[in-house]
Amino acid sequence: MPHISLPEGLPGISSGFAFRPETAKPMRELAHVLLHGPNTLSPGERELIATYVSSQNDCYFCQSSHGAAAAAHLAQNPAIVELVKHDFLDAPISDKLKALLAIAGQVQQGGKHVTTQAVDAARKQEATDLEIHDTVLIAAAFCMYNRYVDGLATWQPQDRAMYASMGEHLATYGYLTPSLKS
Amino acid sequence: MAHIQLPEGLHGIRGAMAFRPETAKPLNDLVEVLLRGPNSLTPGERELIATYVSSENDCYYCQTIHGAIAAASLNDNEELVKNVKYDFQTAEISAKLKALLVIAGQVQQGGKHVTAEAVARAREVGATDTEIHDTVLIAAAFCMYNRYVDGLATTQPRDEAMYRERGRRVAREGYVSVSKEYLPPIAAR
Repeated sequence: MPHISLPEGLPGISSGFAFRPETAKPMRELAHVLLHGPNTLSPGERELIATYVSSQNDCYFCQSSHGAAAAAHLAQNPAIVELVKHDFLDAPISDKLKALLAIAGQVQQGGKHVTTQAVDAARKQEATDLEIHDTVLIAAAFCMYNRYVDGLATWQPQDRAMYASMGEHLATYGYLTPSLKS
Repeated sequence: MAHIQLPEGLHGIRGAMAFRPETAKPLNDLVEVLLRGPNSLTPGERELIATYVSSENDCYYCQTIHGAIAAASLNDNEELVKNVKYDFQTAEISAKLKALLVIAGQVQQGGKHVTAEAVARAREVGATDTEIHDTVLIAAAFCMYNRYVDGLATTQPRDEAMYRERGRRVAREGYVSVSKEYLPPIAAR
């Protein structure tokens, strides 16, 4: 049961958003710019970063919904999502994305955990300053979203079909409007 | 030195925000609603929650600027801000704020660390669902802002007078308004 009285029937962050539309708006806009806005990193790559951090933070709803969004973007090989969560160094992704995921993992531990070596390694794989910035902010933002979703003890159904449908919606339309009908 | 090339002369989150105005906008909008929007918790109380979480996350810039904004919102009571960071259970704040700070501290550790007991205790001393919601989200949001500021290794000068002066301005004018002086217009990029 959620810690506070959240609207019923809405899973995960959707219930927090419906409870408090004033804070939902900037939180939706932030996710939209970070994951769906114009970027040299593809939406699939950015969703993988979000999924990986959510998995490290052990947030079921966030890793499932963003994992589904990543899979929808990477339709040729949706199995990549599980491989990245399990051991991204072994996953069939670019060396640049591996280097960025290493930075994201450090941010998840804490801002001061990010090392110059990890940033240099990313730059060696031709990551730009903007890509490094966005990786740090995506990882930091999911340390917020994950804590919000679990900190309120939101309802997080184990329902693959629901996450798959959310993922399709997020991959197509982004984050400005609800991905589920209430 | 910062991990990436940030605009010079802008410290802490300001340099990062000026580097990427597209993300700065929702980041400023969120902090404005959470810490200054209409609320049954005073801006001073909410700034204390932000300061406490930033201190637990060991982010110098965030705990100092939000500590300064908190003090400016609480009749310049810098002593109270220090006491809350050091041991809020013995600080001169309400039982309700103490109960909310317990929840904020749990969120800082991780979302699953929040206990039903801590929430029940906050409710017992008069906290509403919206106050509990906002406490969870302020704490979660500062786990983001702190990581953003430290994760980019932004410059964070040890200059108490600078933070005090800026704290007063933000307490008076708000985050979005003050941000206009260091954010480039997005269209100019």
